[in-house]
Amino acid sequence: MNSKNLFEKVWDAHSVGELANGQTQLFIGRHLIHEVTSPQAFGMLREKGLPVRYPERTFATVDHIVPTDEAHEPYSDILADAMIKELRKNCIESGVTFFDVDSGKQGIVHVVGPEQGLTQPGMTIACGDSHTSTHGAFGAVAFGVGTSQVRDLMATQTMAMSKLKVRRINVNGDLGAGIYAKDVILHIIRLLGVNGGTGFAYEYGGSVFDAFSIEERMTACNMSIEGGARVGYVNPDSKTFTYLKGRPYSPSGNDWKEQVSVWSSYSSDKDCSYDDTVTIEGAQVAPTVTWGINPGQAVAIDENIPDPDQVTQNERESIVEALEHMKLTAGAPVRGTKVDVAFIGSCTNGRLSDLEEVASRLPGHKVRDGLKAIVVPGSQIVSKLAMEKGLDKVFIDAGFEWRAAGCSMCLAMNPDKLVGDQLCASSSNRNFKGRQGSPTGRTMLMSPVMVAAAAVTGEVTDARTIFG
Amino acid sequence: MTLPKISQVVGRAVPVPGDDIDTDRIIPARFMKCLTFDGLGEYLFYDTRFDGDGSEKSHNLNLPCFRDASIMVSGANFGCGSSREHAPQSLYRAGFRAIIAGNFAEIFFGNATSLGMPCVSTSRENLAKLSCAIETNPSIEFVVDVEKLQVRYEHEEVRCEIAPGARDSLLNGSWDPLEELLTATDEIEKTASSLPYG
Ligand code: SF4
Repeated sequence: MNSKNLFEKVWDAHSVGELANGQTQLFIGRHLIHEVTSPQAFGMLREKGLPVRYPERTFATVDHIVPTDEAHEPYSDILADAMIKELRKNCIESGVTFFDVDSGKQGIVHVVGPEQGLTQPGMTIACGDSHTSTHGAFGAVAFGVGTSQVRDLMATQTMAMSKLKVRRINVNGDLGAGIYAKDVILHIIRLLGVNGGTGFAYEYGGSVFDAFSIEERMTACNMSIEGGARVGYVNPDSKTFTYLKGRPYSPSGNDWKEQVSVWSSYSSDKDCSYDDTVTIEGAQVAPTVTWGINPGQAVAIDENIPDPDQVTQNERESIVEALEHMKLTAGAPVRGTKVDVAFIGSCTNGRLSDLEEVASRLPGHKVRDGLKAIVVPGSQIVSKLAMEKGLDKVFIDAGFEWRAAGCSMCLAMNPDKLVGDQLCASSSNRNFKGRQGSPTGRTMLMSPVMVAAAAVTGEVTDARTIFG
Repeated sequence: MTLPKISQVVGRAVPVPGDDIDTDRIIPARFMKCLTFDGLGEYLFYDTRFDGDGSEKSHNLNLPCFRDASIMVSGANFGCGSSREHAPQSLYRAGFRAIIAGNFAEIFFGNATSLGMPCVSTSRENLAKLSCAIETNPSIEFVVDVEKLQVRYEHEEVRCEIAPGARDSLLNGSWDPLEELLTATDEIEKTASSLPYG
């Protein structure tokens, strides 16, 4: 029998046929939607008089525009208010399940899907959002699509797509103490480049990924797109199945056993081939922070910010542009960079384990005077579980603001924004110019624990020296 | 519905230099608070074109000589970042009909193709050559030839590339795949029922 990797197995199982232009018509088992990229698609369907073909396969939530400090509608931002109402109306009209703000289940789409058990091994999952790669942590083939494809999916549950190549990325050995999944993925992106993954699905493996919890795998898969790879996944294993057991949309009863064996069958075969293989030693990964304006512009905490005079002509321009925007000094240590805002949250690092990890280190520490620090749980369920454990109090005692679930300061579509050229230590995934709401605002990406260390000291710091 | 066949795009061009121009740059997120794509053309590259108080910064897109450009010339990894179709939509609605760059981020490329806006790639040297020609004379006419895989201007031509699937769909007028997807009703149902999950 032909051995195959997970991507090929899932692709083949979901191929409907070949289109005239040679692309595949791919069936998408789960379609997730949110308020920003779906209203135009619903509009296009209406214009064409087409219904949503498989409404039971589409699930909606609202995340980008929800204010995290204002509980009641109508929202003071009338555009945001119009968007949530439009989504609600579209879901009712089309029969799509909507995890609305009063459901207790609302949150960032990539946090909600897994916690509801909607994300399962061997599925194809698409969403009008590039961080859909997050769901690959379960051994699903999951990717972001544009609004026209959201339309295609609603009309046919299929889309046109060209097959991706697969790059296996092994992270071997062990990570040092105080090194997180965020550091691993920032390290990978720095190594392979922000467009190194174009045309590829990334399959992550090796002992470091085997040892990762499901939530850590999600953090890594989440940022695959930042390395140019539309898809990132980890083969399912017993941790995957344990995570899924008992979730609202997981199979149950007698089906469970059968389902687990089907799920296992999607794993890459031992002797399968890959289009490319990259191997990284876990011991080489250090706490990593970005200093520039794309996620590949990152250094280890004890390195210096690059000096444009020391690099090739090709790299030079982008470093100069980044340094100018970031107002950082070429060749200076990245450690000690002054921070104005600290943000813990987003679909990369807004899950319960992220909040627990930080909260376990915070007692006895206080947010630096004058620094704004906010914690935004990735979903209402994360928030509830965290509060049951008293994490909210730990954060509040340390001087953080405890907010309601949403995308918040990851991007500028709600009231949480940087002001002027504030510099934000952020657990999110993008440091593009203007990403956090102020055109001159500055973002440095790092793990949640590193964000907390920056909040406490007021500067970019090696968390290991603060928290031990 | 038949779509026009797009074998070439003819028009003036504007250079927007730089690598890794991300979709947040092309259309800042705050302008995505909208229920349709209609008004997006106005906000194209907003934060690089305008200051906080709305006054114009120095940017090629603000120069009168580039006002009616329909072809954009940029650097490597154009359109990286978010999947927002708002980005190609804002380019399209601002009058752009083709983009020439070093290479493109995948989701952006797919979104642009399904609007019938060819995204062709060429080498760094060629990009520099094109930009230089435009800077010398902004009013020269460019032809982005999807069929012959060339960019032509004056008496010059440079080689460009585009993914074969996208090229075919532009050339035969099937760049918006919806009609074709809709015809496979039975096969879709077959695939759906063959899957081990509902
Ligand atoms: S948290 Fe950030 S990256 Fe994730 S879905 Fe929201 S806006 Fe996008």
